[in-house]
Amino acid sequence: MLDLIIKKNVTLSDQYALLILTSPDKLPEMLPGQFAEVRVDGSSTVFLRRAISIHYVDYETNELWLLIQVVGDGTKRLAELKSGEIVNLLLPLGNSFSLPADKDARILLIGGGVGVAPLLFLGDYLKKIGFEVNYLLGARKKADLLQLCEFERFGNVYTTTEDGSHGEPGFVTRHSLLNGANFDFIYTCGPTPMMKAVASYAAKTKTNCEVSLENTMACGIGACLCCVTDTTEGHLCICTEGPVFNITKLKWQI
Amino acid sequence: MANLNINIGKLQLKNPVMTASGTFGYGTEYSDFIDISRIGGIIVKGTTLRERQGNPYPRMAETPSGMLNAVGLQNKGVEYFINNIYPTVKDINTNIIVNLSGSTLEDYIEAAEMLNELDFIPGIELNISCPNVKEGGMAFGTSCLSAAQVVKAVRRVYKNDLMVKLSPNVTSISEIALAVEAEGADSVSLINTLLGMAINSEKRQPILSTITGGLSGPAIKPVALCMVWQVAQAVKIPVIGLGGIMNAADAIEFMLAGASAVQIGTANFIDPTVTIKVIDGIDDYLNRHGYKSVTEIIGALEI
Repeated sequence: MLDLIIKKNVTLSDQYALLILTSPDKLPEMLPGQFAEVRVDGSSTVFLRRAISIHYVDYETNELWLLIQVVGDGTKRLAELKSGEIVNLLLPLGNSFSLPADKDARILLIGGGVGVAPLLFLGDYLKKIGFEVNYLLGARKKADLLQLCEFERFGNVYTTTEDGSHGEPGFVTRHSLLNGANFDFIYTCGPTPMMKAVASYAAKTKTNCEVSLENTMACGIGACLCCVTDTTEGHLCICTEGPVFNITKLKWQI
Repeated sequence: MANLNINIGKLQLKNPVMTASGTFGYGTEYSDFIDISRIGGIIVKGTTLRERQGNPYPRMAETPSGMLNAVGLQNKGVEYFINNIYPTVKDINTNIIVNLSGSTLEDYIEAAEMLNELDFIPGIELNISCPNVKEGGMAFGTSCLSAAQVVKAVRRVYKNDLMVKLSPNVTSISEIALAVEAEGADSVSLINTLLGMAINSEKRQPILSTITGGLSGPAIKPVALCMVWQVAQAVKIPVIGLGGIMNAADAIEFMLAGASAVQIGTANFIDPTVTIKVIDGIDDYLNRHGYKSVTEIIGALEI
């Protein structure tokens, strides 16, 4: 458990904010796919912490980035945090994305909406160890495609929008990049229907695929058993056995 | 430093702060955050004779000042506990107490017999009050007759400390407490969660897969405090108070109302270090008010 300071709160749109947090102490080591349980102070309606993906970590500037989508009172309060305010977090929590065994593996990271968050950190990580990174990012409209400039730092970026205002029109799974089995490893995070469609493509093309799941959580450390998902090993906690699961372990009908 | 030691039934506690079942895993989940051996007692998650997968999800709904859960006693069964968990927790220098639940009288008895053989488990908390399983659980705890029946049967086979966890979802919790006391319970712990419900109006659907669930957190504290007060007036055995304790002041309120010890539950989810803060806070309170021992504040409410 640690207190971090808001260094900057960047409003990305009326629905999204980028929180840049820092600390006088060195940030702990974190891995792509892990998350933080963020305490929400100063709200009479919010009781539990909010589970937020680790968007990016810069150890040189000692910055932790969290991407916030405003969906309710808790995330609204987080998106309103001001520079200098203190935030209490439990982190890093959960498992992480696994790495392809083959150094020449062709890699695709598919994100939708705020689900792009963990893929920035993952792309940075993969690029640093020598993989070529491809991003396929989807959103409803151009304004909801978040952090494109940041993603371009680590890989090739392809986009889709439902209204056709940026990149190819339609859902990510309709992108021409996915004509044929062009990849060895797919990582995905986004709305469940999108991840299921990606998982279905991966299963058909026999592509290794990991998804990052979310669920409402209480503790975040495997004690309360509230955030389970159904797997081949029974009900497993998303907070400790996940949030990253290989699609072969999930009981999805794909 | 005041003396925080307290005896509850056959248990000797180094302080009156325990953790509530289902909120603290097996304790080890929290050892990254605190020295769990400082806690007076750790009540491990609800255990049943055989493995249970628990309820489908969603299992949780956040509510004003609290949360509803419908976990449904997901656990790997008592044999798994004995073979896989017991060896790792038995040397923790605190009281490790197993919360035991069952669907039938026979299940309770068989599991209690197995737990009776464990040298480093000083007691069990008999759960006759889980609202989230269809069969058994709360059904045992909502009538004096069935509550007495299960306590009597377990008492016959279980020789160590027998704490009985009571349901608030009854007409008179004091009568249930008296019934289990008469059958040999060493103490009673209360309250388990209150039956509650949450609805998503946009979808016109319940939020929990089981429709109803158990409400916990500070939302239930006044109810819990009242019931602890009532039961402490009625029984002679020690009462352990729980329900929405978030800090030392809350814990002290329960003790003033008559609780000999407390359990901290939902607060662990918001602050994994809360147990230590409560222990230190009680000590500070005793020093500030000139008490030499924590036993002096039990039922010390001035009316």
